[in-house]
Amino acid sequence: MVKDQEFLETKASYCLGLAKKLGATDSSVIVKNSISETVNFRNKKLDESNRSDDLGLSITTYIGKKKSSISSSNFLNDNLNILIEKCIETTKNTPEDEFNSLPDRDLFAKEVKDLNIYDETHIENDQKIDYLKKLEAAASNDKKIVNTESSFTQNKSNFVLANSEGFCDGYKTSSFTASTVTVAKDEESMERDYEYSNKCFLKDLDDADELGKIAANQTIRKLSPKKIGSEEIAIIFDKRIAKGVLNTLASAISSSAISRGTSFLKDKVNQKIFSDKINVIDKPDMLKGLGSRNFDSEGVKTDTLKLVDQGILQHYLIDTYNGKKLNLKSNGRCGGTSNLYFENGNISFKDLLNSNSKSLYITETIGHGSNIVTGDYSVGATGFLIENGEFKYPINEITIAGNFKDMFQNITLANDLEFKYATNSPTMLIEGMVVAGK
Amino acid sequence: MSNFFEKSDVSRKEAESIISDTLQKCDDGELYLENSKSESILLDDNKIKNSSYNSDLGFGFRAISDEVVAYSHSNEISKNSLKQSSENLKSTLKSFKGTYNHEIPKSNKKYYDNINPIEQKSLNEKIKILNNVNDYLRSKGDKVKQVTANFLGEQKSVEIIRSGGETLSDVRPLVRFNVSVMVEKDGRKETGVYGVGGRQSYDSYLKDENWKSVCDEALRIASVNLESKPAPAGEMKVVLGPGWPAILIHEAVGHGLEGDFNRKKTSAFHNLMGQKVASEGVTIIDDGTIDNRRGSLTIDDEGTPTEKTVLIENGILKNFMQDRLNARLMKTKSTGSGRRENYRHIVLPRMRNTMMLSGKQTQEEMIKAVDKGIFAVSFGGGQVDITSGKFVFNCTEAYEIVNGKIGSPIKGATLIGDGPSILKEVSMVGNDMMMDPGIGTCGKAGQGVPVGVAQPSILINKMTVGGTKL
Repeated sequence: MVKDQEFLETKASYCLGLAKKLGATDSSVIVKNSISETVNFRNKKLDESNRSDDLGLSITTYIGKKKSSISSSNFLNDNLNILIEKCIETTKNTPEDEFNSLPDRDLFAKEVKDLNIYDETHIENDQKIDYLKKLEAAASNDKKIVNTESSFTQNKSNFVLANSEGFCDGYKTSSFTASTVTVAKDEESMERDYEYSNKCFLKDLDDADELGKIAANQTIRKLSPKKIGSEEIAIIFDKRIAKGVLNTLASAISSSAISRGTSFLKDKVNQKIFSDKINVIDKPDMLKGLGSRNFDSEGVKTDTLKLVDQGILQHYLIDTYNGKKLNLKSNGRCGGTSNLYFENGNISFKDLLNSNSKSLYITETIGHGSNIVTGDYSVGATGFLIENGEFKYPINEITIAGNFKDMFQNITLANDLEFKYATNSPTMLIEGMVVAGK
Repeated sequence: MSNFFEKSDVSRKEAESIISDTLQKCDDGELYLENSKSESILLDDNKIKNSSYNSDLGFGFRAISDEVVAYSHSNEISKNSLKQSSENLKSTLKSFKGTYNHEIPKSNKKYYDNINPIEQKSLNEKIKILNNVNDYLRSKGDKVKQVTANFLGEQKSVEIIRSGGETLSDVRPLVRFNVSVMVEKDGRKETGVYGVGGRQSYDSYLKDENWKSVCDEALRIASVNLESKPAPAGEMKVVLGPGWPAILIHEAVGHGLEGDFNRKKTSAFHNLMGQKVASEGVTIIDDGTIDNRRGSLTIDDEGTPTEKTVLIENGILKNFMQDRLNARLMKTKSTGSGRRENYRHIVLPRMRNTMMLSGKQTQEEMIKAVDKGIFAVSFGGGQVDITSGKFVFNCTEAYEIVNGKIGSPIKGATLIGDGPSILKEVSMVGNDMMMDPGIGTCGKAGQGVPVGVAQPSILINKMTVGGTKL
């Protein structure tokens, strides 16, 4: 069983009390416990079981405008005493920074809503095995599938965030994740693909059979890929790639990148960064949302933000430190976004495929080719050639490149948004990118 | 060294008996104990932004029967916690029956000193150096708009207790010093990053104001990029500089030669043992035994002494990298490549310091041999799809080559290639092998471990460059 609120609060208040006694003028602490149980299958047989029980705490102490932090997984009071002493000592020796402080008192979350993100249900390993058997049977039905690796994880977590301003709150979360990676082979090639489902509630998890079939089909259709020539071509991002564009946006509008001047979106608030059909929302109070939260990692309340409204950037993602530096109030985004998504566009997936006589449908990208400073983008890619709305053949060993400043302006979204991850996008068309191939 | 049972309600003897009891019907397994201390001190935007210290303690208990691994980890080294883990492992493996393999090779060699780099230098000294770095770089002119510098230090004590009580231990120091600088000219911003590190004290890298050379290199890369033009798009010849560009070797062939992917036959290399996979003259080794290198280990995380493993010899595939599990199932021996990020993770076969050895040609000859192509000197990260064999890596400093001469710098671009065939496209191997500066971290299955790479300059006949200029 994951540790209860009382245990975590006791540890938290012990740390805050000791920090104060040793001379901290302010302090904050996060105490958390997370228990995961995983079963892995490979080729329809049990491959691995893994149980993890993680305790952790992290404390930040302030002496005036000086600050330092420590973290530990060793909860013995002896050890905590030594560490907090060390933290205070380090704080004294760290230079002042005028922007260091806890959040303003009026910004702390006052009510903690039930976001429906904790499921009491416990699934035994034997039940996980039943699910995985069904999943792998469906995934390996076709002879072209030569290897399957599947996994089922139950995670239960609990945490308490407390600080010397009197904030003390936390709540449990749960997640159930099933995934399968399939390898298909023919005479010319070997390819891999995957499918997965991740939900707060066990009963919402996708059907095992369905998951296996989707993974197998997605893998088989990648066999015998071709390499194409280098050209400028319309790119369509599958939903699982399209959400990456939002991750880039989130990094580029984080208050730390803005205050340091290392973002291509610095000073772009109230300016048009997307075409006028594009809206981006970050909604923390979505029931059962994978990114849902009541407050950010500093305890600041989190309201829904329309980050981009008809193409115009409305907000940065602001935490306390960088907010003070930029002379802006924290909007509860320390630690990043919550449930971030593009609102649906107004054309169907089918019409999106048909909007150019020839386009590339990308299902996977590899490499870390996003540069937040310049907006330059260049990654390896795998996908399919689309002609007149039809999937023609698989493509690999190509790169796609562009600059986000231009890419953002050339996005068209389909109307097929789903909430499968914490960050979600409909299928996305981007005109004017360059493919490098042969 | 840590005494893991000193403050626990379980004695070493009791722990040994729980271990032996749990593993008696298993083929392999151990209790892995770890105590790590690490620090991070960061200067950013003219200020010390962060000084933090982490102390992490825990165990990972592993039992293996046939192909099945049962694992359980916890932060609490207590009787209750060990017993709970033991029950968990037994329950997974209840229907298996194996014979424990007590054999494990021994060695007295050590590749780094038993030191705690964090304590060897005071906080104030470290802060002073970071401030000096900031002042030094900002004195280089108005174009320097942002400086970030940090120290990362760690001491990790590990102990491996096997069934029957055999105990192996290691104390591993690790440091890293990084500098990142952003420059701006006529509204254009570019970044340069450089760092050094290894299993030594900070002073080995920073004495005599050596930090200045790290700053100079970061600033040089950023300044070069200010002048860069859009990169070309398409297939062309590529000359790679020596040292860090060897992440090409790491991504293109290294991962594909790890034992697990080959046992599972999901690597593009699984059926190529003994065959020609690279041009003649190409020899690649993975070596855990180089003194003080970032990827070196006295023993791996299963207790096996590390070694120098020849992967490809003169173009022929000779060996995979193995941990104990995959070695047993593939009927070979562990190469001392069983690694884990920490006690929270299972062991996987991993790289240590992966190196392509020197050949005879000079870099000058290579450049001269290229009509149209690029010369890539520095890289960010890379990634590989083991199954299709396709890999990428991102240039952070590169130049065009026109008619045998180095031309203008080009913008960062991704290079993509095919792992099993790329080494056959190597047409020249340089005489200038160099180690990387000691900053690499390799990610696999969610676990990051410190690694090293090395190579001489090489000429590759054909690779796809992912620029924007058609």
